[in-house]
Amino acid sequence: MTHFAALRWLLAAGLALLTWGAGAQGVLPVPPLTARVIDTSGTLDATQQQSLEAKLAAFEATKGSQVVVYLLPTTQPEDIASFANRVANEWKIGRRAVGDGVLLIVAKNDRKVRIEVAKTLEGAIPDLAAKRIIDEAITPRFKQGDFAGGVDAGVTRITGLISGEALPEPSQTSPTGPLEVLNIQGGDFLIFLLFAVPIASTIARGVFGRKLGAIVTGGGVGALAMVATASLLISGVAGIVALIFTLVAGSFTPPPGRGPRGGGGLGGWGGGTGGGWSGGGRSGGGGGFSSGGGGDFGGGGASGSW
Amino acid sequence: MKRWLIRLAALFSLTAVLTGCGYNDFQRLDEQTKSAWSEVLNQYQRRADLVPNIVATVKGEAAFEQDTLTKVIEARAKATSIQVTPETLNNPEAFKKFQAAQGELGSALSRLMAVSEAYPNLKANQGFSDLRVQLEGTENRITVARNRYIQTIQEYNVLARSFPTNLTGMIFSYQPKPGFTVANEAQISTPPTVDFKK
Repeated sequence: MTHFAALRWLLAAGLALLTWGAGAQGVLPVPPLTARVIDTSGTLDATQQQSLEAKLAAFEATKGSQVVVYLLPTTQPEDIASFANRVANEWKIGRRAVGDGVLLIVAKNDRKVRIEVAKTLEGAIPDLAAKRIIDEAITPRFKQGDFAGGVDAGVTRITGLISGEALPEPSQTSPTGPLEVLNIQGGDFLIFLLFAVPIASTIARGVFGRKLGAIVTGGGVGALAMVATASLLISGVAGIVALIFTLVAGSFTPPPGRGPRGGGGLGGWGGGTGGGWSGGGRSGGGGGFSSGGGGDFGGGGASGSW
Repeated sequence: MKRWLIRLAALFSLTAVLTGCGYNDFQRLDEQTKSAWSEVLNQYQRRADLVPNIVATVKGEAAFEQDTLTKVIEARAKATSIQVTPETLNNPEAFKKFQAAQGELGSALSRLMAVSEAYPNLKANQGFSDLRVQLEGTENRITVARNRYIQTIQEYNVLARSFPTNLTGMIFSYQPKPGFTVANEAQISTPPTVDFKK
C-alpha cells in the first residue's frame, strides 16, 4: 500500500515536472515587428491587409499613437492575456516619450481575441471599454466569419477612443535630442571622459610633449568613442575636442595646482558631450514601420471569445 | 601640478572602486525592487477595492450561496488588515503571511466567480458583468506586476549573492529579498483528481 502510494506520488511528480518543463520551454517566440498588420493565420487577403495598414498609418500620422493588429492561429500553451502582454512588451508599441500603443491580437483557432492597452492609454481605453469593443464590434462579426470586418470595426472603435484623449502632437522629425537619449551607458561614458580626459592629457603631455601628447590624447579618446558609439562622426568630434583641450590646456603652462582645473572641466565636458551623442546616433529609425519603443504594458485591456 | 593630479586620481579611483564594488548597483536595484513591489501592492489594493462592489451586487441575488460570499468577505478583511511597509520586503515571515492572505482572497474570488455562473439573473446583470471584466483586468495586472517584481528581485539577488558584490551587500546590509512562492506548492504540482460521480 505504502509502496503503491509512493510510486503514484513519484509518477505524479514526474508528470508534473514534465508538463511544467514543456510549458516553460514551449511558449511561442515573439515574432519581429515588421508591419502594423501581421497575419500569420492567413485570414486577411492582401488588399484587406493593405487598407488596414493604411488606416493605421494615417492614424499614427494624425494622432501619433501606434496601433498594431496581430492575427495568429493559436497562442497555446499560454493563454491569450499573458501571450499578448509578452508580445506587446517585447515590441514596446507606442511613442518613446509617450508610450501610447495598443495591440489587437486574434488567436483564430483558439477563438480568442484580446485588446492589450499600454499604461498611457488605460485612461482612454479602460478595460470595460475594451470589453465593449470586443463584444459589440468584433465578436459579432467574427461569429459570422467576417474577420476583416471585425478587425476593421475594432480598429475604428479603438482609434476613436484614442482620438478623444489629449496626447502630445505627433512630430515629423524624431524628437530624440542628444540630452534626451542620454541613457545610463551614455552617462557613464560622459563621467568617465570627464575624469579621464584631463588625466590622460596631462600624462600624455608629460610623456610626449605638448603637440604629440595632444595627438595621442585626441586619438585615444576618438578610438574609445568609436568603440563606445560605433559612429565615425561622433568619435571624430570627441577626438578633436580632446585634442584641442590638450593643446589649449598645455599652452596655458600655469603655475602648479591652479589653472588646469577650470580648463580640465571645460574640456572634459566637451569630450563628454561628444560621447553622449551615442544613443542619438544609434536609435535613428530606418524606413518603413518601426515601433516607437515607448509602450509599457501592465496587463490592461480585455479579452473575449466568439 | 602633482598634488592636483594625485587628488584627481584619488577621486577617480574612489569612483571606480565604488562602481566596481556594486554600491551604485545596489542603490539602483534596491529602488527598482521597491517600486516593483509598490506596483504589486497597488494592484492588490485595486482588487481589494473591487470586492465591496462585487459583494454588494451578489448580495442582491437572494439565493446566493452564503458560504462562498462569507469567505470572500473574510479573506478581504484578512488581506487588508495586514500592514505592509517597505520593510515587509526584508522580512520573509511577514512577506509570506501577506502573500498567503492575498492568495486566499484570490482563490475566494475566483470561486465566487465560478459559482456565479449558476445564477442566470447574475449573469444577465450588466453591473455584475462589468465588475467581472474589471476583476479580470485587475488579476491580469497583478500577474504582470508580480512577474516584474520577480524579475527585479532576481537581478537584485544575483548581485547580493555573487562575489565580490556580496561583500558590499554585507557591509551596507543589503540582504537578498524574498521572491514569490505559491502557498500550496505541493497541491498544485500534483495532478488534480477529477471525480464526476457526485
